Amino acid sequence: MKYLFRRARHGILLVIGASILCFLFSDLAPGGFFDEMKLNPQISASTVAALRAQYGLDRGLPVRYGSWVQSVLRGEFGYSFAYNTSVRSLLMLRARNTLFLTSLATILAWLIAVPLGVWMASHPGQWVDRICMGGTSLLISLSEIVLVLGLLYFAVRTHAFPVGGMVSTGFDQLGVLGKVWDLTTHLIVPAAALTLASLPILVRHVRACLIEILGTPFVESARAHGIGRARLLFRHALPAAANPLISLLGLSVGGLLSGSLLVEVMTGWPGLGPLLLESSMSRDLYVVVGIVMASTVFMICGNLLADVMLVIVDPRLRADLRAE
Amino acid sequence: MTNEAAARAPKTALVRTTALCKQYVQRGSFSRKKFAVEALSGVDLDIAPGCLTALVGGSGSGKSTLARCLAMLERPDSGEIWLEGESISVGNPQQAARLRPKIQLVFQDSAGALNPRFSAAEIIAEPLEIQRRESGPRLRERALELMEEVGLPPDWANRRPLEFSGGQRQRLAIARAIALQPAFLILDESLSGLDLSTQAQVLNLLLDLQSAHSLTYLLISHDLTLVGQIADFVAVMHQGKIVERGSRQQVLGSPQHAHTRKLVGSVQVLEAAFRTAQAGGGR
Repeated sequence: MKYLFRRARHGILLVIGASILCFLFSDLAPGGFFDEMKLNPQISASTVAALRAQYGLDRGLPVRYGSWVQSVLRGEFGYSFAYNTSVRSLLMLRARNTLFLTSLATILAWLIAVPLGVWMASHPGQWVDRICMGGTSLLISLSEIVLVLGLLYFAVRTHAFPVGGMVSTGFDQLGVLGKVWDLTTHLIVPAAALTLASLPILVRHVRACLIEILGTPFVESARAHGIGRARLLFRHALPAAANPLISLLGLSVGGLLSGSLLVEVMTGWPGLGPLLLESSMSRDLYVVVGIVMASTVFMICGNLLADVMLVIVDPRLRADLRAE
Repeated sequence: MTNEAAARAPKTALVRTTALCKQYVQRGSFSRKKFAVEALSGVDLDIAPGCLTALVGGSGSGKSTLARCLAMLERPDSGEIWLEGESISVGNPQQAARLRPKIQLVFQDSAGALNPRFSAAEIIAEPLEIQRRESGPRLRERALELMEEVGLPPDWANRRPLEFSGGQRQRLAIARAIALQPAFLILDESLSGLDLSTQAQVLNLLLDLQSAHSLTYLLISHDLTLVGQIADFVAVMHQGKIVERGSRQQVLGSPQHAHTRKLVGSVQVLEAAFRTAQAGGGR
């Protein structure tokens, strides 16, 4: 418990540090939301100045940061100039859509990667292992953009599933099963792209960790005592290989909000990706800060989750913590 | 066993290898060209029951490969291994499962050879559980008895391997090895890496266990001084072959093969240097 508090304290300090940096960098970036208005001859300079003053943009950085912190404490996370609403209300819906997509893709990727990696590690050098390794090399070398374009091209050519968006027009008129089917078919392109993008790294990690463990003396010694292949893999090797995989899982969870931005933009998924792009282009400062901070918090929580899981599964770490 | 196989079976040796060969195919670092490394090349060895046979030789001479073949961790390319008159070279999983408990291996690196996530009791109990020798509460009781037998306090049963010293870990590895009441124990450099006092304690334990359980040992070692003190028989390996074998007095007292003479000679040079250093006040 003490460990959890210590890690949480570190996490909070990290969030504060990240928020300060985020504000600092956004201040250094040229231009602002109201700068385009200056080009409009119908809007006077005094109106623009009044708008800047209304949103507090004429004040110094520390004052603006202080106001933003107060807004965070109220649960609003700042104010969107473009949407004229609190950042929280904007983020909630978009983050829900993003989390729905990325959670599904992450679960799918891990469900495929762990058994495939274990199987490849237990048959190293065999032809199926070589084919899988070749496949993962190919996937790693392809960028997300190429993957999404390929999938979109396939979808357009075959008309197998819809392209773009999260639901079809007329979604509300569909029955429950119809809605589920519509959502599922819309999910295929973005979820497949995200799964295929993260899968090769996961498979290779699982395979490499397990091959390393299968060559250790304690696994050899277990074999010498007549311990069968399945028990060797799942009771000895996989738990021993768990630590690096748990750290990787922490990164996967941490990237749930930020890992899909490009795919969302390309497939028109109404998540945080298109919102971030749009807000960045229009210099909607607090929306950008809100999305960056939400991603940071997720990353820190993912790492915290991994740290806690490591303590749960590794008795050596528990012993070390008890000794402290 | 067929009549032919029965006729070929050894009559006196507990373990016998005949014309055992094992090759490893390797690939060069910067080329795809493959080449074969002959780890064992027609090894004939008899291991007498109830005795301690030492296998000595330089690094890369094939000692550990022979140990791995005997422990059924590697399949020899050709040749036969006999245990109590039964051939174990054939790839028969049921036969291997039946014979495996009779042959146990104690590795050099006790820290690496024990699962760091398991407690001492779990490490000892696992082979008993796998081979269905014990179950339920009796499993842990038997593990504690074995800990006591090798001189480890049973109240350390919940400790993990890294909480033990090197000598204690080696005792733990020995407790696991004798859990299945084997007939034949392979000690692959098991005493190396321990300080002299701990080495003596572990050695005494091994000798006590040998007389208590009528164990047969194959001790793989670089340490000719140690081998000269405890071995009943000595076999010398060089380039995958047994180049000389016989009683300790024969092999170490009047070595015949040039490689054996070189090994014995290097120990004598070291001893002479040590005596000179002692006479000069020691450094």
